[in-house]
Amino acid sequence: MAQKSFRQALNEALHHEMRRDPNVIVLGEDVAGGSGASGQKDAWGGAFGVTKGLLGAFGPARVRDTPITESAFVGAAAGAAMTGLRPVAEIMFVDFLGVCFDQIFNQAAKFRYMFGGKAVTPLVIRATYGAGTRSASQHSQALYPIFTHVPGLKVVIPSSPYDAKGLLIQAIRDNDPVIFLENKVLYDTVGEVPDGAYTVPFGEAHIVREGGDATIVALGRMVHFAREAAEILAAEGIDCTVLDPRTTSPLDEDTLLEMAEETGRVVIVDEANPRCGMAADISSIIAEKAFGALKAPIMKVTAPHTPVPYAPNLEAAYIPDAKRIADAVRKAVAFKRS
Amino acid sequence: MSDRIQAITMPKWGMTMTEGKLAGWLAGEGADIAAGQEIMEVETEKITNVVESQAPGRLRKIVVSEGATAPVGALLAVLAAEDVSDSDVEAFIASYADRAGSAAADADDAPKARIVQAGAHRFKVLSLGSGGVPAVLIHGFGGDGGTWLFNQDTLAQNRLVHVIDLPAHGDSEPTVPSGKVADIAGAVLELFAALDIEKAHLIGHSLGGAVALAIAQASPQRVQSLSLIAPAGIGSEISALYIDGFLAAERRKPMKEVLSLLFADPQGMNAEMVENVLRFKRLDGVPEALAAIVSHLMADGKQVIDLRAVLDGKIPALVIWGEADQIIPANQSDGLPAGIDVARLAGAGHMPMMEEAAQVNRLVTAHLGKAEG
Amino acid sequence: MTGLQLSREELLKAYRLMRMIRVFEDRVSAEMASGDIPGNTHLYAGQEASAVGICLHLSESDRIASTHRGHGHCIAKGCDVDGMMAEIFGKDTGICRGKGGSMHIADLSKGMLGANGIVGGAPPIACGAALTSQILGRNDVSVAFTGDGGINQGTTAESMNLAQVWKLPVIFAVEDNGFGEATASSFVVAGEITKRAEALGMAFAKVDGVDFFAVHEAAGEAVERARRGEGPTLLHIETPRYYGHFSGDPDNYRTAEEKAAMRRDRDCLPRFRRRVDEAKLLGLDELDKIDAEVQAAIDQAVSAARSAPQPALSSLTTDVYVRY
Repeated sequence: MAQKSFRQALNEALHHEMRRDPNVIVLGEDVAGGSGASGQKDAWGGAFGVTKGLLGAFGPARVRDTPITESAFVGAAAGAAMTGLRPVAEIMFVDFLGVCFDQIFNQAAKFRYMFGGKAVTPLVIRATYGAGTRSASQHSQALYPIFTHVPGLKVVIPSSPYDAKGLLIQAIRDNDPVIFLENKVLYDTVGEVPDGAYTVPFGEAHIVREGGDATIVALGRMVHFAREAAEILAAEGIDCTVLDPRTTSPLDEDTLLEMAEETGRVVIVDEANPRCGMAADISSIIAEKAFGALKAPIMKVTAPHTPVPYAPNLEAAYIPDAKRIADAVRKAVAFKRS
Repeated sequence: MSDRIQAITMPKWGMTMTEGKLAGWLAGEGADIAAGQEIMEVETEKITNVVESQAPGRLRKIVVSEGATAPVGALLAVLAAEDVSDSDVEAFIASYADRAGSAAADADDAPKARIVQAGAHRFKVLSLGSGGVPAVLIHGFGGDGGTWLFNQDTLAQNRLVHVIDLPAHGDSEPTVPSGKVADIAGAVLELFAALDIEKAHLIGHSLGGAVALAIAQASPQRVQSLSLIAPAGIGSEISALYIDGFLAAERRKPMKEVLSLLFADPQGMNAEMVENVLRFKRLDGVPEALAAIVSHLMADGKQVIDLRAVLDGKIPALVIWGEADQIIPANQSDGLPAGIDVARLAGAGHMPMMEEAAQVNRLVTAHLGKAEG
Repeated sequence: MTGLQLSREELLKAYRLMRMIRVFEDRVSAEMASGDIPGNTHLYAGQEASAVGICLHLSESDRIASTHRGHGHCIAKGCDVDGMMAEIFGKDTGICRGKGGSMHIADLSKGMLGANGIVGGAPPIACGAALTSQILGRNDVSVAFTGDGGINQGTTAESMNLAQVWKLPVIFAVEDNGFGEATASSFVVAGEITKRAEALGMAFAKVDGVDFFAVHEAAGEAVERARRGEGPTLLHIETPRYYGHFSGDPDNYRTAEEKAAMRRDRDCLPRFRRRVDEAKLLGLDELDKIDAEVQAAIDQAVSAARSAPQPALSSLTTDVYVRY
């Protein structure tokens, strides 16, 4: 099977779905990049190159550069979704959704419920997230817990090229609004990706690795660190399961509980800030529903409760890493009830 | 010295395997090992299986202990006759350390699978070995060439082996001619032309067995021998629980339950195996293609393809069945005409070529040799 | 006189809709006062000519997105009055099964994309509906209703720009009733509302929202412009607001004299009657008959809403997702 980058996997997903369904459109700032300018019309293909080539393949009606007005184009995407299109709106950085929360929280997420089940809003909002690129506080956040909190939204955080393609195709075919978050540090990571179209279902965790001593739950880029930690620990004789929920809404509670019960020790890694984050949320579910199986307290490895800093040493200290994860697992394994 | 001292190394199962975990030793240091005796259990991301010793000898030294992971080709243990001195054994181990990393270099020389256009279809084909009358390995319903992971290398020792992915399976295109077994057989015959195969040994498992029989029915002159492992097409009973469950399962848990029916002992299954089947099923076009195949294979929970008459003794045929097969019962091998070799393996379910790989390899190797006679 | 070329049927329909809105709102106000309506409502009374003057140009496949003061838009776009009343009463027979209430009445099958609890909520949604029409090559237009409050929202400014650069078939109907909640628009709206469109190169018109015929004519031009693919129009429609911001608002920020004068001098219904009577287009007796029919219909809607069942508790958790 072909090795492809995370970026290419996403690009293929968009190509497949735009070819398959003429109602799929892509809009956002510089998704073509170059509209109205004197040079290349498809100069950028998205700020991170994910939408490259779509303009040439599908034309300017379906691949639209927008003004830098997120409220207008995200809101318009919601309205278009409610009236028959399947828009994929790109937001360069999830941080920018701060200027259009209303369109997501109050409008798209709630149409169906408010209107008594009559509205269908097949909207995808793609955005990058995550620290690690020296982009500081307004371009680096991991805001998925905020969206996970809102009923009516689905939230997807792929960790591998394979999942990126399958989950994006699922997101586009899905009839509910989906927040699709791409860790920008992962764009150049490579993995096996089928050439054809396929879906990865929402609400099904991926068992990345199986081991009986502890379960490490991780999302997005953190899955890679969790796997690294598991390898370090394996050499010490500690065998870890690594579980990637892939979507935080819906959340695969069954598999989380199953693995928590099988291993009795759980370490949750979350690049988001700790308060009301995914680590806190998953921890509460396990504590409530699998308490009897726990051999040690649930450990959380998260960013601190601070904005993302700029200086490289500070940023490195901000992001959870394999060492911190491994330390947490060791602590859980060493735990003895007094 | 070298033929008196044998290395037991980490096996390589399939192209992507780079390392394996030594899940358990089944014999201790000092034990006398017979050729073909199960000696250790190896676990990879994809599968766990037992490994049999290729040669007889005393297990003199275990180099890699249980629970540790080692790269493909790494020395795991040493077998030697009892009169070989300890220092010679140590010297052998030391000399082996110099060869570390050679397996990684070998990875580049590993046979590469290719996509072959044959008529209207694109097949994934993995070709191994050379010479002899070629063997074509045909997997079962919902499977792929990976079915033969524990068999392909042994079978390729004496001949060219083509491991194929059927249409709408594995990495072949997710379309089927019609879903009819006869049409799938026709597509495989077109692949024969594309691969310049005059005549071949057909080794088919389950649905692949029915495909092999259909090829033999359509073009007997192209078939040197048949090796059928739990084949479809020679009886009516089949597990609708499995087939319907396989079609319906979209998620890990139900798929795991369904796949566990394949094995006498489902412990060897792991999450990766289930994930790979799900990945296959999630490809656009695959669920429809599988449903089409089933619609021609079964009606009212029974098989409707009857190819039993093909086994008339004119083409040398071997039928292998796991006694504990829960998909197609082993008693369908009862009452076959004289001259058809039948082997029923205790301890195997529907996947004897994985569950009892060494036995199957020996049986098939002997059968192919005899058929070339 | 402009607009008077409307057919008898259209004139009767316009009057019936305006009267329906007025009676509906007066009745909701009364029911609110009696405490039988669970939530809050924002009443459209006084603004009827705006909703009806615009929506009379629209078919079911055209779409509107509305405001928190949305009952009038719903009725004008063809929503079922019984369903609306039941919705406001929070009943299972409500148009949104009792899940939306006054501020979220919607009927997508009628092209009504929802009242909206967020000021400035409608413009992006209407742009999206217009984008659907444009991309699918349909001839449908959409209308974003907003007000002198919503015109100051960033969403409105952004949407007007987007609509203009993309030449979307959308109309921004800015219903200026003089008040954003309890604050006079003169206090918070800078400059001329129409100049905001002019600055974008967008077509615009300022209309007397008490005059159904004036609204109808201006809206007609805007709708035709949109259908021709020539892009958006802003209509600045000046209307009275008979009630306070919400029903139950003591409305003590306006003097009694001002309110009395407003109701006396700026009422679209008598003005409509006078005009069709003078032009001998309709008989007043026909209109009186409509008044009686509307009154009966609203009586019926209220009594049906009162006796309708509450939503089943099991519906609390349904309709969040299509599939979860």
